[in-house]
This record gives sequence, C-alpha cells and structure tokens, in this order.
Amino acid sequence: MTDVALKSTPLEDRHVALGGRMVPFAGYNMPVQYEGVMAEHKWTRAEAGLFDVSHMGQARLSGADAVHTLEALTPTDFAALKPGKQKYSLLLNEAGGILDDWMVSRPEEDGFFLVVNAACKDQDFAIIADSLKGDTTFDILADRALLALQGPRAREVMAQVCPAACEMYFMDCGTFEILGETAFVSRSGYTGEDGFEISFPAARAAELWDLLLTFPQVKPIGLGARDSLRLEAGMPLYGHEMDETYGVVESGLSFGMSKSRLERGDIRGIERIRAERENPQRTRVALRVLEGPPARDGAKILNAEGEAIGIVTSGVPSPTLGYSIAMGYVPATQSAPGTQLKLEVRGKPYACEVVTIPFVPNSYHRKPKA
Amino acid sequence: MKFTKEHEWVKDQGDGTAFVGITAYAADALGDVVFVEVPEAGKTLTKGDAFAVVESVKAASDVYAPVDGEVIEGNGELGNAPETVNAVPEAGGWFAKIKLTNPSQLDALMDREAYEAYLATL
Repeated sequence: MTDVALKSTPLEDRHVALGGRMVPFAGYNMPVQYEGVMAEHKWTRAEAGLFDVSHMGQARLSGADAVHTLEALTPTDFAALKPGKQKYSLLLNEAGGILDDWMVSRPEEDGFFLVVNAACKDQDFAIIADSLKGDTTFDILADRALLALQGPRAREVMAQVCPAACEMYFMDCGTFEILGETAFVSRSGYTGEDGFEISFPAARAAELWDLLLTFPQVKPIGLGARDSLRLEAGMPLYGHEMDETYGVVESGLSFGMSKSRLERGDIRGIERIRAERENPQRTRVALRVLEGPPARDGAKILNAEGEAIGIVTSGVPSPTLGYSIAMGYVPATQSAPGTQLKLEVRGKPYACEVVTIPFVPNSYHRKPKA
Repeated sequence: MKFTKEHEWVKDQGDGTAFVGITAYAADALGDVVFVEVPEAGKTLTKGDAFAVVESVKAASDVYAPVDGEVIEGNGELGNAPETVNAVPEAGGWFAKIKLTNPSQLDALMDREAYEAYLATL
C-alpha cells in the first residue's frame, strides 16, 4: 500500500482530543467513532448528534446563467427552485450514469450553494469548471467547514445558537450570522431526523464545534453511526447504492429529477432515463434480514430457488430496529414489498424480505400543509 | 492463558482440551458485538485459519485459530447473547472448546505479561 498523506478537516484536533478513533476516509483523517457506534447511533435518534462533515466539497455558483450550468449537468429544474429552498440532485455523465449526488441550496435569488461527496469533489469541480455557461461564476469554498447537528433535540440547541434558523422547515436554507460570522444553514441532513447543516468559516469552526458541545443534548458522532443512521433512513451512499453504472430511475432517485425536465427531455442520458421508466430491469430495494448474520456490501441476493439475482450494496445490523437491514439491487419483477428472497453470507443462504423504504420513519420538521 | 498478536486467547484445561476466544482489547476495539458465528463440533482447525466471525454495527471480523485443534463445542450461548463477548470476553464470551492436536504450539504464544507489553506497542 502506498502511503498518501491524509488531509485534515479544521476539527481534526478536536476529534483526537475527544478520543475519536481516526481512520482514513475519502483521503481525510476522520473519526469513525468516539464512544461507540451503537451508543452514538441511539444518541442521535433520541437527543442530538454533532457530525464533522467538512471533508465534503462546498462550492458556490452565481450569475444569471448559473441555473443553466446546473441544469446541463443534472436532471433537476433549478429555475423552479425558490430562494430559501434546497434540492437533492444528481451529477450525470453523458449517458445518464450517476457521477455523484448533491445537495443544492438557493439561499438567495442569485447564487446556488452546493455540497458534494468528498470522494467525488475533485471530479465534480473539474466538470463544473469545464461546463460554465454564460456569466456563471464558480467558487470552490475550500475555506469553509461543514457541521451537521441532527436529532430530535437539534432544534432546542439551534434555538440558542441561531434562533432565526429554527424558523426554517425541512429542505429550507438561508444565510445567517453565528458567532459574528456568515453561516449557510439548511434544515436537512443524512440521518432521517430533524436537523441542520451549517457551513461555517474553517478558521472559526472549532469555536462553533466547542459551543455546540457545551449543550448537554449534544454529543459528537462519528462516521460509523453516520452510515448506520442513513441506512435506516433508506438514504443512498455514493459508491454503494449508486455510481456511474447506475441510472436515475433504477436507483430509486427519481425524486432528484424534475417532471418539467423529463417532459422537456433536455437531460443528459434521457434515453436511459426513459428506458428505465418504460422497461425497468433492476431496481433498488430495501431488505429486512429474517435470520442469520448481517449481509453487507457485496453479498449475493438469491431468489427462492437459490439462484443469484442481485447484490447487496449496503447492510447493517440496525441499532434502532434490532434486526439487520440492507439495500441492494434485484430484478424489478422481484422488487415488490413482501417478496421473499435470500441473502448469501459466507456461502450460506439466509431468508430476507423486501420491505418499504425507509426502514425507520423519518421525523423531519415539515411545513404544515395549508 | 496464552495470547496471539491477532488478539485471540487460548486457555489450556490441562486435559488435552482448551477454550479459545478473543481478548478484552479485541472486544473493545470491535465495539458492540451484535452477531457471532461459532464453529460446529467436529470442525478441524489449523492455526491461523479463520474459524469464527464476530460482527459489530460497523463490520464483520474473522477470528483466527490460535492453534491447531478439533472443535468439541461452539459456544451456542453467543447466538442469543452476542453482547457476552463485550461483557466477559476472556471468560463466558469464549468462542469454542477444542481438542488440542498440536499442544506444543502453545509454547510459541505470548503469556499475559508479553501480550500486555505487545499491546503497549500498538
């Protein structure tokens, strides 16, 4: 193995001081856990968990043509994204394969704020830089940290730190002042819980981290629990549930695609999108393991006759549910909830069942229906 | 009790049999154990081969045979109570009882003092 110098987030010394077990992740030295994945997972579901996700890429696109730049690369209608709103989107290649998934905010009329996966950011930013339309300006925000505060008590804490942000609903975003600095905050996250993501100047990120940890409701949470939390919420992880070989529809990510764009047909790889809609082959499913060990990434999915029909892309013993869960791909004909399948782990088949996504119901702070 | 660098232990019962398991250090490093797969009686173990699996929320880890042997009994209790591995890793959290088929291999393993000195280097 080649030794490559790991990059650090602005909070690395905090993780080490808190006893975080540090591991390489997407080229960064990151905490996989502090007191333990199980305890951190349960804490986030009951209280509030604080995550350092500063390894993720952040960028800003401005100018009247920023909408066109984004729309050329994604299946999302960004002209329709209202200021103060956030949208899940996908970076597609020319053939409609998924290069990354993004969270795109529009804090103000002029200007989009992007959060992209750490492992994909160099690729993504190179593609964007090569695809700028008209007057679009593109800035990579390498000088900002990203903190996520997630859980049923996240709001109480934010009410003390940034009260105005608590007026937002799920998938709202805005620009606020915290500790005298400009913070881009969204009411969203990667756990299925109510919560906030806070983009903050790297130079003062440790102060914000320390401030949030002064609240008794808040504990630091590592990447281990981040993964088990997102899996229970049925959320995909790039490199597992999707990559360039998967399309928008089969991966169950059509919610990142706008109906208007589909009707206009001006999406990269539109032929693939139409084919997956009209003649579905494989599709992403949620599986409840009914017996035996957890099935993890790479485990074969078998039909009742024991023939391999698919593959697990993520799996975990669910701390909330007390049984193992997994996501993976199977033929669309065998994807209906209730379908009895098998999972092969260490050469032996174990019963599982297709269930609905999410495994654990989400608890977002949604805007009440009028 | 003797120990390996892979954090397994062997407890020689003095009658040609021994218990094997993972050390407190290994159990702590794994975190909460949620599933254990122990070997069935009759299985032949060769030193260094994976003979059991222990799973935490995060990952599945192989457990390697510290010595040659033949499994007399796997610890079936761990199926219902995998958390025993965290609670008492070097006692009730044993993985298998084995017949030692090459007892001289025990001499090459570390005693507790040597194992603790080894842990200090990690």
